[in-house]
Amino acid sequence: MKFCPLPRLLEVYRFFCFGLLLLATVPVFAQFRIEVSGVGLTQVPVVIAPFKGQEALPQKISEIIRADLERSGQFRVIASPAGVFDEASRPELSALRQSGADAFASGSVSKLADGRFDVRFRLWDVVKGQDLGGRSFAVAVPDLRLAAHRVADDIYEKLTGDKGVFSTRIAYVTKAGPRYQLWVADADGENAQSALASPEPIISPAWSPDGNQLAYVSFESRKPVVYVHNVSTGKRRLIANFKGSNSAPAWSPDGSTVALTLSRDGGSQLFLLAATGGEPRRLIQSPSIDTEPVYSPDGQHIYFVSDRGGTPQIYRVSARGQGVERITFTGTYNISPTISQDGRWLAYISRVGGAYKLHLMNLTDGTVSVITDSVADESPSFSPNGKMLVYATQQQGREALMTSTLDGKVKARLSGQHGDIREPHWGPFFK
Amino acid sequence: MKKFVLAGLVSTLLVACGTSVPLNDVPVEDATAKAVGADAAAAGSGVQGGGVAPVDLGRAVDQAPAPADSRLVYFDYDSFVIKPEFQAVIAAHARFLRAQPTRKVAIEGHTDERGGREYNLALGQKRAEAVRDALSILGVPSGQMEAVSFGKEKPVVLGSEEAAFAKNRRAEIRYP
Repeated sequence: MKFCPLPRLLEVYRFFCFGLLLLATVPVFAQFRIEVSGVGLTQVPVVIAPFKGQEALPQKISEIIRADLERSGQFRVIASPAGVFDEASRPELSALRQSGADAFASGSVSKLADGRFDVRFRLWDVVKGQDLGGRSFAVAVPDLRLAAHRVADDIYEKLTGDKGVFSTRIAYVTKAGPRYQLWVADADGENAQSALASPEPIISPAWSPDGNQLAYVSFESRKPVVYVHNVSTGKRRLIANFKGSNSAPAWSPDGSTVALTLSRDGGSQLFLLAATGGEPRRLIQSPSIDTEPVYSPDGQHIYFVSDRGGTPQIYRVSARGQGVERITFTGTYNISPTISQDGRWLAYISRVGGAYKLHLMNLTDGTVSVITDSVADESPSFSPNGKMLVYATQQQGREALMTSTLDGKVKARLSGQHGDIREPHWGPFFK
Repeated sequence: MKKFVLAGLVSTLLVACGTSVPLNDVPVEDATAKAVGADAAAAGSGVQGGGVAPVDLGRAVDQAPAPADSRLVYFDYDSFVIKPEFQAVIAAHARFLRAQPTRKVAIEGHTDERGGREYNLALGQKRAEAVRDALSILGVPSGQMEAVSFGKEKPVVLGSEEAAFAKNRRAEIRYP
């Protein structure tokens, strides 16, 4: 099937002015908060009616969809008119138009004979009075959240023309006492499943491009070594256990190669290794620290951090190891680069007056903006559609994960685990 | 998402199949949600969307006791220089290792909590290698030594003030 993006709707996006430096905090549901700040936010006003039949379920489908859409920063969810709606309802379009809605979604969830649930929805363009179509998903109870995320993805794509990321997954690490755990969760932080539990630290998880494997650094053998871990089978492969430290794995876009940092020949230096293991080849040689490699989405370049200029800065080199260029020039501490799928944006952490803040550079013109006002940001990674970032930070002295839009105007704290939570990495779209 | 196949039951991955019906105004399109993990059906508890098979490496046996001062070298902020007061510690280990050529030693570098995890891992590596090189100058063969880093992952003192930071910027000399 083909989705039809709606440029017409873009024309009627309303312009919302939240007032100078107004900071509004909108509670969505108990453990979930979205912060909206700044001026000139453009959002599609949309109604998500409560799904018929969801009262009987632990998962309120329409609330999950609503939280997804609001977290994306591109939608403002407005109150549903009174009454019960499902995917067969024809909404009162003129009344919806008067309430300021541009789009209306309704649906239902019902139990099937085999025990699964059928989640259906339909979306309307309120302005044009047009039925934009719908879908149905038959899922087992544990996948009800996934079905809701898929509905949110469909709505997002139909209204913005970009693919939604709500049904993708995020990996992250928690530390609770002496126990470290690597988790795989939905993109909203919920439904976390443990992939690995260890008494020693786990850092730098990185999704393979097919979304089936995680590379990460584990200290389980009292030194940092790199594993590749098939998430659905639990099978782990030790790909880098060379003398010294083995760290900072990053997948090539074709999944064949892992770039990583090895100290086996002295110093922290960049190497390339087949994802199945084997003998590493040196990417570049320097007398300085070179680490945190990450491939550009076209596979042509590797961005990395080096202190060759005296302070840690972001550089890039061709994937064949030629032509090192410096990328960041402002500040004295720029680390943890990550590149958006379209190659347009570089997100990284920069130290500003003793605070570590998430920054974004437009790679086309080199302009830099600060995304956060927090002080201990770490480990940014882009959503696969390049429209959001997830990163680690500290809130009230605890580690937390946040998502942000690229303009920093809409941020949400991911719910989920208790204790310290860190090292997020946003997984790819599922093929 | 766009690749929903018509014939569903052929696949053993029941959860991974779906059907597509042209979207007229009557029924909503029918598409069974695709399981997120490709091998979800085979993954035991993998009925959940993710299909994640948990691996547990067990609990910590005993937390290793904090090492004695005779096995610690502390560093200044952003520095990898071995200060004169630690030369005696290093010389003692060098004598021991030269006398015991079959003994291996691990030199573990650490940093304070400020900054990124991977960059701190590289900084800790520089500290570990500074101690390793000092031992090497005193005649310890490199084959006996391994310099590794824990970055900021293993602080000995918790806290965000200089007193804690100073205790955490260290290299530990450990005999496995």
